[in-house]
Parts: sequence; C-alpha cells; structure tokens
Amino acid sequence: MKRSNAPIFWTLFGAGGMLSALIGPMLVLITGIAVPLGFLLPADLMSYPHMLKFAQHWAGKAFTFAVVSLFLWHGVHRIFHSLHDLGLKTATGAKLTCYGVALLGTALAAYSLLVIGF
Amino acid sequence: MNETHKVIAIEVLRYRPELDEKPFFQTYQVPFTEEMSVLQGLLYIKDELDGTLSFRWSCRMAICGSCGAMIDGVPMLGCHTFLRDYYPNKVRVEPLAHFPIERDLVVGADDFIGKLERIKPYIVPKEPRTLAEGEYLQTPAQLERILQFSSCINCMLCYAACPQYGLDPAFIGPGVLALLHRYNADSRDAARADRMQLVNAEEGVWSCTAVGYCSEVCPKGVDPANAVNQNKTASAADYFLHWLPKGSGK
Amino acid sequence: MSARRPYIRSMDGWWRRDPFFIRYMIREATALLVVAYAAVLLLGAIRLAQGESAYERWLAALRSPWSLAFHLVLFAGLVYHTWSWFQIVPKTMPSISVGGKKLQPAVITGTGLVAAAFVSLVLLLLLLFIGS
Repeated sequence: MKRSNAPIFWTLFGAGGMLSALIGPMLVLITGIAVPLGFLLPADLMSYPHMLKFAQHWAGKAFTFAVVSLFLWHGVHRIFHSLHDLGLKTATGAKLTCYGVALLGTALAAYSLLVIGF
Repeated sequence: MNETHKVIAIEVLRYRPELDEKPFFQTYQVPFTEEMSVLQGLLYIKDELDGTLSFRWSCRMAICGSCGAMIDGVPMLGCHTFLRDYYPNKVRVEPLAHFPIERDLVVGADDFIGKLERIKPYIVPKEPRTLAEGEYLQTPAQLERILQFSSCINCMLCYAACPQYGLDPAFIGPGVLALLHRYNADSRDAARADRMQLVNAEEGVWSCTAVGYCSEVCPKGVDPANAVNQNKTASAADYFLHWLPKGSGK
Repeated sequence: MSARRPYIRSMDGWWRRDPFFIRYMIREATALLVVAYAAVLLLGAIRLAQGESAYERWLAALRSPWSLAFHLVLFAGLVYHTWSWFQIVPKTMPSISVGGKKLQPAVITGTGLVAAAFVSLVLLLLLLFIGS
C-alpha cells in the first residue's frame, strides 16, 4: 500500500494542538480582552514601541512565528478532516485549500517578521 | 408462562433481500424475566413468535463476539445487555452500523475478515526453533505491552462505532489495527516491518481522526483508539526515518 | 446464482446519531476558532511590519465591542479545545508504568490540564512583571 504523507501534516497539527492547548486560552485573554480593556494588564503593553521591540528580538520573533503558523497548521488539518466528516468526497481541492491557507499564513508571518527587522 | 412476567416491546430492523426493497422496523411483544439478555429476547422471538427472524449468536457469554447489534443506537453485544435496563420503554435492535445488511440483524463480515487476514494476525518468529530448543520466553513486562490488545474477540462493535470506517470502508479500522499492534508490540515477533506498510498507508492509521468511540464500546477493554493513535507516532517516526540515507538509523 | 443483495445504509447526518459524536464535532469545530485567532495575530504582525499608523488601527480595532465579544467566544472555544485536547492525549501515548502500575488516562489528562494552567499562569505573571 502507498505510504501516506500525512505524518508531515499530523506532526504540525499535533505541535499546534499542544501549543494552543497549553497557552491558547491565556493568549486570547491577554491580547483580546485584558490589554484592550486595560484590565489586569497595562493597556500600553501592546503599544507600537513595545511590540516592535518584542518582534525585533529573536525570541519574540520565534514565539510569534510559532504561535501563528502552528495554530494555523493545527486548525486547517482539523477543518480538512471535518470537511471529509461532513461528506465531502473529492478531497484534493479541499486539501490544497486548507493546507494552502496554512502555508500562505506561515509565509506571511515569516515575511512580516523579517521586514520588522532585528 | 407465569403471570409475574413483564412484557417489553422489542423493535427489530428487518430486511429480507428477496422480499424487501429496504429495511423496516417490526415490533414484537416479549415476556421477560430479570436475568434475560437482549439476545434471549431475540431467541424468544425466533422460537415463539417469528421463526423467520435472522441473527447471529453462539456462546451467550460475551466471548464468541457473534451477537453484536445496535441496541438503542449503541453498538453492544446482545448477550451482554439486559432487557430490564430498557423496560418499561421499548428497545430497538438494529444490525451493526457501517456494515452492509445481509438479512435482518446479520451483517456482511467479508471486509473485516479480509482485513484481518492481511495483517498477519499471528506471531512470525525471528528464527525458527526446534521443539528441543523450548518455548519463546517473554517477561511479564513484555506480556503487559500486548495483553490488553490480545483480548479482542473480533465482535466488530468498534467498527460500528467508527464514523471514519462508515465514511470510507477502505480504512483498515480500529479492531484490526489493535490486533496489528498486538503482534507488532510482541517481543517474539519479527514481522513488524511488513505490518508497518499497512500502518503507514492512508487506509492505515491515517484515516483515524481520534473520535475515540471505538474504545468506549469495546466489551473487552481493548482500547483500539490507543492502539491506532500510538501507531500514528510510530508511523510518523518511520516516515521521517525513511528520508535518512540507507544504512543510517534503521 | 447468489441470493445476496446487501443493503448499504446511508451515513447522512451520522454525527447527530450519538451525543458522543456531537461532542466530537464540537471538539473539531474549535479548529475554526484557533484559525481565526491565528489570523488576528497574523494581521497584527503584518500591521506591525507596515508601520505605526497601520498598527494603531489594528490595536484600535481590538478595543471595539465587537472584537471584545469575539474574543470572549474565542476564549470559550479555546478553553474547550484545551480540555478536549488533554482528554484525547492518553489515547495517543504508549502505556506508561509507574512503580509497576499502569498510569490511568485520568492521571495523564489531569497532568496535562495542570501543565496548561501552570504555563498560562507563568505567562501572565511574566507580563505583569514586565508591565509593572
């Protein structure tokens, strides 16, 4: 039988699933609720100078890149399988679209982080 | 019949290929006692009410794996499920989901048996030994790794619980993959490389989306979902290692 | 001639047949929220690369009531993702023995959830420390 290339996507899915399970809820709370409201955390934590400094640091770059790309690879993998679960028969188009979105997002994240500079 | 008997309505999905275009429900009123299983209810119907009803059974004690059915929508062994737990409501009995119906509660097991044969469900020794050389020994720890997975009775309840098998019958499926793992994980076996070719395929472990219902319905505590999903890790390792130049790694 | 005429049942709406399947579909649907959140952050990174005024607009959008409501939904979804993720983790691991006894799935799930809470708390404390 033909060897599946699923391990590549499954490994990215698993890494993204674990990372989002560990810190996903807290990240949403921080970036989407606490900082915008200035509740618990100072409102200027995500100000332009602060975030620029963060994204220029290698660790900040690595963290941002890992979160954005792995969350994407995790999500699209599940969405692709859910489309199959919902009865979508021809999988090739769905597969290209789903994993294409993750690949595009990964490339955009890498490009932006490089443009931001060091 | 003594008057203390209660009567339960058993609704059975009937299908007689020579008569019926499609399956339909037929309800039987069955007197029952506290200790009567759903299988015994079906036997009562066959003996006393309607001899045309077809279903499989043999041991009546949850070891032969023949009497699996959807009981109120859940895959269960008929002999392992009691009428008293459904009374005073009716109980609905349908053939195992995801399999083609041959007749009434009898489903086609050809696909399952074919897959079972393909995984080499037996120990392939590393080297042949003569009788004089004695047994293939195994430590308790080595036995522990396979014991749970060797409890499978091929009842196919896990297939009826697996939507991925229902959606795509090419998937090898939970029960057979659990047995595959049972032999691959056996310290006395040497056919792992052959079986990994099945594991590595899309129809192998990669059709599984970790729904996990297979393990819930297993009457023997085999946990096929665990067998399948730990083999995803094994298959991924196998995948990344096969990129290495020949001779390095394994 | 064979009298066999196997009847194949439809899989339409299979996931509505059992509460177990409904929970599975909810678990899988959290992926939409994970992707949505990644998109929010990706947009932030793009805006940051585009300069201050572009970034300020992204930041202002995060403060809108719509965004706050949306992030509450994201938060609920991601909490469910965390919970369901560690429910399934024991299924993906070979059995582990501690002191000759097999580690129970509930122990592995619990350890995962405690680890998630711990890492999240460390992250928050780190930011509180930086912020002050």
